Amino acid sequence: MPEAMLALAGVNTHIGQYHILQGVDFEVPRGGLTMLLGRNGAGKTTCLRTIMGLWRSSAGRIVFERAEIQHLQTPDIARLGVAYVPENMGIFAGLTVRENMLLAARTGAPDEKRLAWIFRLFPPLEQFWHGLAGNLSGGQKQMLAIARAIVEPRKLLLVDEPTKGLAPAIIGNMIEAFRELKRTDTTILVVEQNFHFARSLGDAVAVMDSGRIVHTGSMAALAADEALQAHLLGLSMESHQ
Amino acid sequence: MIGYLLSGDLPRSRALSAALLLVLAALAFAPFLFPGTRSLDVAAKVCVFVLLAASYDLLLGYTGIVSFAHTMFFGIGGYGVGLAAANWGPGWGSLAAGSALALLLAVAIAFGVGLLSLRVRAIFFAMITLAVASFFQILASQLSWLTGGEDGVNFSLPRLLQSRLAAYYVVFAASLALFLVLLRIVNSPFGRVLLSIRENEFRAEALGNRVVVYRTAANCIGALGATAAGLLYAVWLRYTGPAATLSFDTMVDILLMVVIGGMGTMYGAALGATIFVLAQTYLRDLMKLASGALQGVPLLPDLVHPDRWLLWLGVLFIVCVYYFPTGIVGRLRAKRA
Amino acid sequence: MKRDWLPLAVVPVLVLAALPLVASMPIWVTLTVAGLAMGMMIFMMASGLTLVFGLMDVMNFAHGVFISVGAYAAASVLLAMKAQTGSADLGANLAAIVPAVLAAVALAGLLGWFFERIVIRPVYGDHLRQILVTMGGLIVVEQLIVVVWGPDMIALPRPEALGGAFIFGDAAIERYRVLAVAVGLAVFGAMWLLLNRTRIGLLVRAGVENAEMVESLGYRIRRLFVGVFVAGSALAGLGGVMWAMYQESLTAQMGMQVMVLIFIVVIIGGLGSVGGCFVGALLVGLTANYTGFLAPKLALGSNILLMVLVLLWRPRGLYPIGK
Repeated sequence: MPEAMLALAGVNTHIGQYHILQGVDFEVPRGGLTMLLGRNGAGKTTCLRTIMGLWRSSAGRIVFERAEIQHLQTPDIARLGVAYVPENMGIFAGLTVRENMLLAARTGAPDEKRLAWIFRLFPPLEQFWHGLAGNLSGGQKQMLAIARAIVEPRKLLLVDEPTKGLAPAIIGNMIEAFRELKRTDTTILVVEQNFHFARSLGDAVAVMDSGRIVHTGSMAALAADEALQAHLLGLSMESHQ
Repeated sequence: MIGYLLSGDLPRSRALSAALLLVLAALAFAPFLFPGTRSLDVAAKVCVFVLLAASYDLLLGYTGIVSFAHTMFFGIGGYGVGLAAANWGPGWGSLAAGSALALLLAVAIAFGVGLLSLRVRAIFFAMITLAVASFFQILASQLSWLTGGEDGVNFSLPRLLQSRLAAYYVVFAASLALFLVLLRIVNSPFGRVLLSIRENEFRAEALGNRVVVYRTAANCIGALGATAAGLLYAVWLRYTGPAATLSFDTMVDILLMVVIGGMGTMYGAALGATIFVLAQTYLRDLMKLASGALQGVPLLPDLVHPDRWLLWLGVLFIVCVYYFPTGIVGRLRAKRA
Repeated sequence: MKRDWLPLAVVPVLVLAALPLVASMPIWVTLTVAGLAMGMMIFMMASGLTLVFGLMDVMNFAHGVFISVGAYAAASVLLAMKAQTGSADLGANLAAIVPAVLAAVALAGLLGWFFERIVIRPVYGDHLRQILVTMGGLIVVEQLIVVVWGPDMIALPRPEALGGAFIFGDAAIERYRVLAVAVGLAVFGAMWLLLNRTRIGLLVRAGVENAEMVESLGYRIRRLFVGVFVAGSALAGLGGVMWAMYQESLTAQMGMQVMVLIFIVVIIGGLGSVGGCFVGALLVGLTANYTGFLAPKLALGSNILLMVLVLLWRPRGLYPIGK
């Protein structure tokens, strides 16, 4: 049984007086794409931010490739090989596309072949290479955000709602891009509300509700079981087809 | 009875109660306990600044906003009385009219500034109030045909107030009354909402209390308090001018009083103002002695030079911000002897 | 590349609009140079503040002390080297000015380092306490300046070679003002190069927009904070030296006195924007000088009116940083 890339055990997170994560236990298998699903407010974003060290967990352990990381600072977690694409994309609007990518490439200039591959996945980035990132459309910003996360090989990608606010046609492009990504060595954890997107790409799935994981298993199994989908995801499945 | 007067906000500590009673008694009987113009002057100044500092504590300690415009309202009160008495004669009518105009102007400005800038971050608000206060100070010193410029305005008052004794008790009574009113306000449901906003803005907003409305209201009340203090101070001094009321130094003094006394306690403002005014007047004499004794030692005489008393207060201020946010009142209460 | 040139264009528009109002070419030239010189000096004093706020979310109300300390340090050197400053030879002057400037920058930078570590670090993220604590720092340092240098105003005559004026027909342009403009442009140029052509500059610009994301990309941006803070304080110290020589006098309150102008410049420019600060400073300098001539009574308050006008046009400043 391949060892888990990332394992959370009993993770609790408090924001002020709010107890958001109430004992999260789950594992992200090595390689492949794991989907983290759940309704609004279930704690999915908090989960990613806690893994990334942006919010400190108040209890529990987070293990990344055998090392405990719950007490590490965000830059150190990133340097271990974790890349984060936040919900609001986090692109630097005042910098050019090129400068955004330059910053993301910690070791210096991005590798030529890698960049060419990224341009194949996301052609607009090459087109607007010297343009201000703030002038990109929503879909293009999302592309840039993901491109930044993969400009150098990373071990784990944390992606928060990549399809949020995107037109259906662009979502199709996104699915293709993620399929390409899956062919690389990277483990991907994606938070999503769009079940169609999830079903197309997910290998494993975990469902969150009220700060806890209420279901884990394979995506195939969940996709086949409509009753279980309705039970776990309720309305969110309907509204995001 | 005492509970009602103090709106349920008891000192809760023997040491604090003793200190407050001491101050109250000293102020109430000042003309008889401390004869001499200088001491009465100090007593009147304490009364005025207690009110001024308390109205600032409403903003800083209870609402959690830093405003640099407080001295501007202090000045508006002063000029309200001063200009009315100087231009319309020293009668009760003109005093009343001047006061009313000053209070109205103060509320209007506080309301306007509040609505415009309280929506934004604290830092932006602080900078804007600094700019507004600065502008007002410039107006006061530049429009000398109206305000007497840098020299200010001297004026006389109605017959009754010309007696130092009567004037003092008017100042004392009014300051005390308004202080108790402020105490009532901070202990009312309104005051509790203010505190909840200070603690957690998002939660307060979520609970349905529109934060901007409450903050603007607090801003207006604080402005009224400062204006009233300005009115009283002008009545006492029979003079008003930019240096006495509008200077940034005065603003810094108020900050020191409230923080060292104890933010968010009202009594802190009272004690802080008392200690500050006393120190300003009498500590210097002490320091002069110390400075004289240290002659010949390098640097030390300069550090305890009487004019450097602000240095030590500044240090105390910083220490309070870091470690004793409830200031002197907090320390006294902690000692529940 | 779509850049926003409109605010920058306001500067030449203002300059040209003033010409018919002033109605006299030589006077207009003098005022314009004076305004630009003043603007450059204010820019030097203000740029550190806006960058620190943009990057670290810290508003240092004590920023004025770096200005004062820099000025006093330089003054001590200059006044001790009267022989060099009194000489009409530029080389001799420089022999005094260079160490004076170095002293100013070093002392201001050192004070900045001390401030960041001891005064500000404990209150990161708490804006209320930041304002209070830096106010306290302002009081204490101002008093310490008086302890060390005495309470009286110190006169600081300009070095000989920097005095006097260039004469062009009817217009007299003070040499010192030209120098101030040159130094200001050099500082702005250096900052621009640093911010736009180096990796550290990239980090700072990105950090001003979203420090959290920069950390998520693997950079320990907090280590940069101290450096930026010290650089900002050192720059303020340099501005202080120039300002003191401009006014030919120093007082312990000089830093505080110019703080209102600095805040206005920072607000006009947009919190965190160095370019906005530059444009704002020029506007403030020019406005102060033009109104000083056209409507002296209005002059002191003119900059606040300018701020109101700019905020009505762009409520978040000329070049707001998208946060």
